[in-house]
Amino acid sequence: MSEHHKETFLTKYIFSLDHKMIAKQFLITGMFMGVVGMLMSILFRLQLSNPGESFAVLEFFLGEKWAPGGVLDPNIYLALVTMHGTILIFWVLTAGLTGTFANFLIPLQIGARDMASAFMNMLSYWFFFAATIVLLCSLFVESGPAAAGWTIYPPLSALPQAIPGSGLGQDLWLIAITLFVVSSLLGGLNYIVTILNMRTKGMTMSRLPLTIWALLIVAILGVLSFPVLLSCALLLIFDRSFGTSFYLSDIIINGEALHNTGGSPILFEHLFWFLGHPEVYIILLPALGIVSEVISVNSRKPIFGYKAMVGALILIAFLSFVVWGHHMFITGMDPFLGSVFTFTTLLIAIPSAVKVFNYLATLWRANIRFTPAMLFAIGFVSTFITGGLTGIILGDSALDINVHDTYFVVGHFHIVMGLSAIYGMLAGVYHWFPKMYGRMMNKKLGYFHFWVTFISAYGVFFPMHFLGLAGLPRRYYTNSAFPMFDGLSDINEIITFFAIVGGLVQLLFIFNFFYSIFKGTKATENPWGSNTLEWTTPVERIHGNWPGEIPTVERWAYDYSKPGAEEDFVPQNVPLKEGETEH
Amino acid sequence: MMSILVGLIILLSVIVLVQILRVNELVSEVKDQDPNEITDKDNNIQGILTFSIFGVLFLGFVIWQFKYWGVHILPPASSLHGATIDTLMNFTLGVILFVFFLTQPILAWFSLKYRGRKNAVAYYYPHNNKLEIIWTVVPTLVLTPLIIYGLNVWNDITSADTSNSKVIELYAKQFNWTARYAGDDNTLGKANYKLVEGLNVLGVDMEDDTAQDDIVTREVHLVVDKPVLLKMRSQDVIHSAFLPHFRVQMNCVPGMTTQFGFTPTQTTAEMKEQEGEDFDFVLLCNKICGAAHYNMKMKFIVETQEEYDAWIASQETLKNSLTLN
Ligand code: HEM
Ligand SMILES: [Cu+2]
Ligand SMILES: [Cu+2]
Repeated sequence: MSEHHKETFLTKYIFSLDHKMIAKQFLITGMFMGVVGMLMSILFRLQLSNPGESFAVLEFFLGEKWAPGGVLDPNIYLALVTMHGTILIFWVLTAGLTGTFANFLIPLQIGARDMASAFMNMLSYWFFFAATIVLLCSLFVESGPAAAGWTIYPPLSALPQAIPGSGLGQDLWLIAITLFVVSSLLGGLNYIVTILNMRTKGMTMSRLPLTIWALLIVAILGVLSFPVLLSCALLLIFDRSFGTSFYLSDIIINGEALHNTGGSPILFEHLFWFLGHPEVYIILLPALGIVSEVISVNSRKPIFGYKAMVGALILIAFLSFVVWGHHMFITGMDPFLGSVFTFTTLLIAIPSAVKVFNYLATLWRANIRFTPAMLFAIGFVSTFITGGLTGIILGDSALDINVHDTYFVVGHFHIVMGLSAIYGMLAGVYHWFPKMYGRMMNKKLGYFHFWVTFISAYGVFFPMHFLGLAGLPRRYYTNSAFPMFDGLSDINEIITFFAIVGGLVQLLFIFNFFYSIFKGTKATENPWGSNTLEWTTPVERIHGNWPGEIPTVERWAYDYSKPGAEEDFVPQNVPLKEGETEH
Repeated sequence: MMSILVGLIILLSVIVLVQILRVNELVSEVKDQDPNEITDKDNNIQGILTFSIFGVLFLGFVIWQFKYWGVHILPPASSLHGATIDTLMNFTLGVILFVFFLTQPILAWFSLKYRGRKNAVAYYYPHNNKLEIIWTVVPTLVLTPLIIYGLNVWNDITSADTSNSKVIELYAKQFNWTARYAGDDNTLGKANYKLVEGLNVLGVDMEDDTAQDDIVTREVHLVVDKPVLLKMRSQDVIHSAFLPHFRVQMNCVPGMTTQFGFTPTQTTAEMKEQEGEDFDFVLLCNKICGAAHYNMKMKFIVETQEEYDAWIASQETLKNSLTLN
């Protein structure tokens, strides 16, 4: 395959089979959706800090119907929250993150010319693209987009009479998610097969870079859990359109008694969270993988405790399937089950702690090179600690009674999942940009981007814990209806201020990204002095990755600053010297 | 007009940015440097920044928040089990904050201390089984009491004896709450959603003997120090009965009944003395349920037995109000 087949614009940029191009398609679609989702959060933050006030931006983006006189409509508030969550969770941090880095890194880091099935890979992107179009269309329907929360609990999501967003908007949401699941499954199966079968000579499992380990486990999680989401969504579609009663029972809506009996919304919750909880690890694990790689390379040290890192990943992934009930402590579930879920949930803290300590040990006596990627990776460790710790409160059923569904949860999951995964993703983009585009991203803009992001992100999400501990429920259009929350308005103003600053600075990142694609300084083959195989490929992108033979792997990926080596890195394809032992 | 202006401003900022970057690159070119190479100077600046922002600014901000916003943490607990939840919470918070203030400074300190220099070499240290065992075992040891303590509290709350509790139904619908007292027999009459009609907003089956003395109200009065058992139902979508002061939360799910028992320990009058005249116990909805989710509330009043007796005596039974009208 080393000979280049003829490429037209269409096959090179649009219907590309090359995993590197598909990765970029995922990345750019994800970035676009990221901007949309972020903009939504700023719009609804304006309402939360200044309830009932008129804003020209609201009217500009939402029009006279959804923001009459520049004041956000309560139904549209819920629609924005729902779409914001959906977009960030699925579009940005599932497809955008895994789609980008699994596609880009798997063949390059294991030494393969492409994915096992390049065609399936292309299909995976195009299903994702179709899902994106459908989801975006739902923003323009008459009754508004889906508005039942990203968790779309029925009956709210099942009955158009309950909230306008549960009309056509919810249908489109469900179609989009169905397409999305197909895309994930096509991608996931491909990743698994590729990693298991197409590793180059010498790339044993125990020499796999941690990025690949993380992506492999993520793909397995996805393949096991997404079908459950699909069935969960299908049953909802039946209830909505074909009169079945899987989730519906004893309902009067708008004065009309429905015929449905015998169904249970709790069934939906079980199905949903059986995916939903692994999903948060589907978001987190690729970031863990990327961060492990970035920290090791820029510390110029091997990642500390490689085996423990792999073991912790596997344990976290396994546990993530047996903790879904922690989202349902107060649904009336059997209290004994609640105890079991508390136990399994708190167990996750152990492998997570091991990971944190191993990161700290990697930084110990390092020779840290502060690239923007490295800063984001260190930022990840910080948010992972902060958010992981508040999880101990939420995972404890007794404590969850009082913070469930409050802003404490919003603060917790944004920090541990939202921020951590976004930092991981940004670290990955800064780190692999030279390999993706053959140019460097601007360092100074990168630094500026990181610091403003880091400060404003904590400024947005840390104060939310206090709102939640004061008892403020999430998904409230305003907290001015209850005098007990009157003292919280200064917190809300601070949050909105930082949200705007943090949002704006992301535009600077996007500018840096596109500017550097065209005008960045030229990159060398291995600008960071890395060991993994992708850095042995030429700067010029070619289909097939290596012009000649695929390199064979002779050692693990983490020989940084190894005593006896001439340089502070030894690429994986360099044979062991006489008498040298593998780590 | 507005949009054209905004568009122009954006365009101009992009052009300005591009020019700044060009100049920056030209300057480096003249000096024969690579503008994107990470120099020792960068490492110094970023290392110091990391220490000051991760280690000083952020941790300072956290302390500042506890100082100024700490008052918001957990409004005073006004139920028996609420006090045990709060003790568990304080214990857990203590552990969490300890670990937080242990690990975050290490991260900040290492970033500063081990910032890179061109001719320095890192210490090759791939693993140390003993250390790794230590930091697997220590978190386990810390978590064990947390888990056991937490499960004990949970167990006490959920398996409390409710046979002597006064039974009150909470009925949720878009977007308000209704309550029903079980009356002298302390048993709620059967209900069926098909029977909801006119004044019988809860669909109570008036054929049922136990329904005869049921009382439907728009606010809930409780007797201080007397246990109650709340039974929740919903008419349309999922709602959630959230009483933050009592540390009570339970979903209201159409098609099924859920429950939560507790004992209030403070009267509204006592709370007003502590918290100000505006204070009231309040029931919120805490599960997204539609446009007015944010405004779905009902007042709870905790009072002495005499006050309660007077109030309940003044309430019409459901049967009477149905036949009277
Ligand atoms: C500019 C940054 C962001 C801001 C200001 C922001 C703000 C918020 C707020 C205030 C809510 C709660 C609204 C409510 O419950 O009424 C929310 C919900 C949510 N956010 Fe964000 N967020 C941001 C970024 C992210 C990121 C990076 C993620 C990725 C995980 C994310 C995922 C979610 C999800 C899943 C929800 C829940 C949606 C729902 O309740 O259905 N957000 N966001
Ligand atoms: Cu979960
Ligand atoms: Cu509600």
